[in-house]
Amino acid sequence: MGGRGEVSVEPEGEGALVVRVSGEWKLEGTVPSADEVRDALVKRSPRRLRFDGAALGEWDSALVTFLASVNDLSRERKIEVDDSGLPDGARRLLRLAEAVPEKPGVRRSAVRASFVERVGTGAVEMVRAERETLDFLGEVTLSLGRFVTGRARVRGQDLLLFVQECGAQALPIVTLISILVGMILAFVGAVQLEKFGAEIYVADLVAIAMVREMGCIMTAIIMAGRTGSGFAAQLGTMKVTQEIDAFATLGISPMEFLVLPRMLALVLMMPLLTIYSDLLGILGGGLVSAGMLDITPFQYITEGKRVLTATNCFAGIGKSVVFGALIAFAGCLRGMQCGKSSSAVGEAATSAVVTSIVLIVVADGIFAVVFNFLHI
Amino acid sequence: MGETHIAVDKVTLAYGERVVLRDLDFEIEKGKVFVLMGGSGCGKSTVMRAMIGLLEPASGTIRYGETSFTGASPEERYRILRSIGVLYQSGALWSSMTLAENVALPLGEFTRLGPKEIQEVAALKLALVGLRGFEDYYPSEISGGMQKRAGLARAIAMDPDVLFLDEPSAGLDPVTSRLLDELILELRDSLGATIVVVTHELASIFTIGDDSVFLDAETRTAIAKGSPKELLEHSQDPKVRRFLTRGKDGKDGERKAEPRV
Repeated sequence: MGGRGEVSVEPEGEGALVVRVSGEWKLEGTVPSADEVRDALVKRSPRRLRFDGAALGEWDSALVTFLASVNDLSRERKIEVDDSGLPDGARRLLRLAEAVPEKPGVRRSAVRASFVERVGTGAVEMVRAERETLDFLGEVTLSLGRFVTGRARVRGQDLLLFVQECGAQALPIVTLISILVGMILAFVGAVQLEKFGAEIYVADLVAIAMVREMGCIMTAIIMAGRTGSGFAAQLGTMKVTQEIDAFATLGISPMEFLVLPRMLALVLMMPLLTIYSDLLGILGGGLVSAGMLDITPFQYITEGKRVLTATNCFAGIGKSVVFGALIAFAGCLRGMQCGKSSSAVGEAATSAVVTSIVLIVVADGIFAVVFNFLHI
Repeated sequence: MGETHIAVDKVTLAYGERVVLRDLDFEIEKGKVFVLMGGSGCGKSTVMRAMIGLLEPASGTIRYGETSFTGASPEERYRILRSIGVLYQSGALWSSMTLAENVALPLGEFTRLGPKEIQEVAALKLALVGLRGFEDYYPSEISGGMQKRAGLARAIAMDPDVLFLDEPSAGLDPVTSRLLDELILELRDSLGATIVVVTHELASIFTIGDDSVFLDAETRTAIAKGSPKELLEHSQDPKVRRFLTRGKDGKDGERKAEPRV
């Protein structure tokens, strides 16, 4: 550890002060502040100030910081400074620190914006964000139109890669979550239904809940966390490393080349994953039924088949297509809106998950109202 | 030759099975600017990574003073690393922190200075690199050249004994590049720091280099040592001459026709 730096301020003749610095002035040691000098300057109002470093031991930036502070104080009071008594290195560093003056207007004001200003800024920002979202939606729609008419530049190789990423690679986590959700539904249902001797209806509960709601919702939430955030991080990183700019300057639409294959892949894979999730959820429910309620697999399947209708199945699968589009939209939107720093990539990924989940829940609510209205 | 600060002794560097450089042997004098130079892909940055502990040599030793860095105990290694400052090629500023916070972080971690003093030292370091007034800016809000200078401010935050600079002038305009060179020389003279620079910018090499080593991608080793100016005047190696004369030295450095692949 470093030693201790000391400072003393003494008058020297008419209207002059001498600032003596002594001892060790190291960052790792203990150094005095410039307050003592400030007090002396206020009290004595000198015209000249001289530094004396004759008794100075080892020093580093700690000394230069102190000297720079005293220099600033002297400059404010138009006091002439004589630093010839300081080591050469310290004087050179002081010159260097003062070589480039501060550009006018560059320093940020520390004044906190008023409440009204903050509300106004927030509102303007919200409108800007909404406009960006609508722009993005419009561009996606146009790209999709070009894709449908065979005019979009989508690399088949990329599409297949994303299909693999969104489909096959998501199977393990979808498997685990779906079986567990099915088991939980059956367990909770069994406890209640047992009271009425209606254990067999556990099969109805699990089948309808999985196929209509839980299969698509749980898959969507998994995909939002896994794939939506991944899309945002991939596109965000490409934004930071100017890869997206490179596409744009080559005249290649990032929408067609980057966003469209991701959206198509997720929209294609979501229904398949949902069907897979439905089946595994029902399987999970069956395991609990067989283990806890003595319902045979045959009884469970027969009851499930009886209650499940094509409408129920298509309701869940239809919703999953919409959820897939929303997740891909949110992930790609946040990725393309990403800032130009590494932390912005993380923020984009987080924001993609939050946006996706909000959109999924809102969309599911709308579906519930519409299905109810249509008596589905 | 003055006091040796860093010694690289028979060092071989490899990524897995692939040997990048072998039998490197050179010494760096205290308080001098040492340049690691060579063409693209010759392993300059790899040597620097080994010297700052990010890559363990496959064989050989790197010493700081009398202490071996290679295979040092964690305490010794930590002590050596505390005396090192590094400017990475991209600046590598922490994007979630302001410039002042970037510089202040090591000061807060490793010194007993109070918040006000830390703030003052951080402001001083930023002023030293010409960024006075930019304390509250985030890295994404400033230009690439300014990011590099801010990276340098962070590298000198703790007044390191050894300063490593990876391609400090890369991507900078000539004027900024020259100012940075002057700053490097000023830091050498005022702080007495040993400075190791990885670069292939000839203007910088001749302006700041007290001593140097030339790395060759073909033979995967150092093929010339000495001050850049001496090498320019006296080296007979065609590769070195070609590099230092930007390929204009037709007599010694004529480029051979390469087979088309």
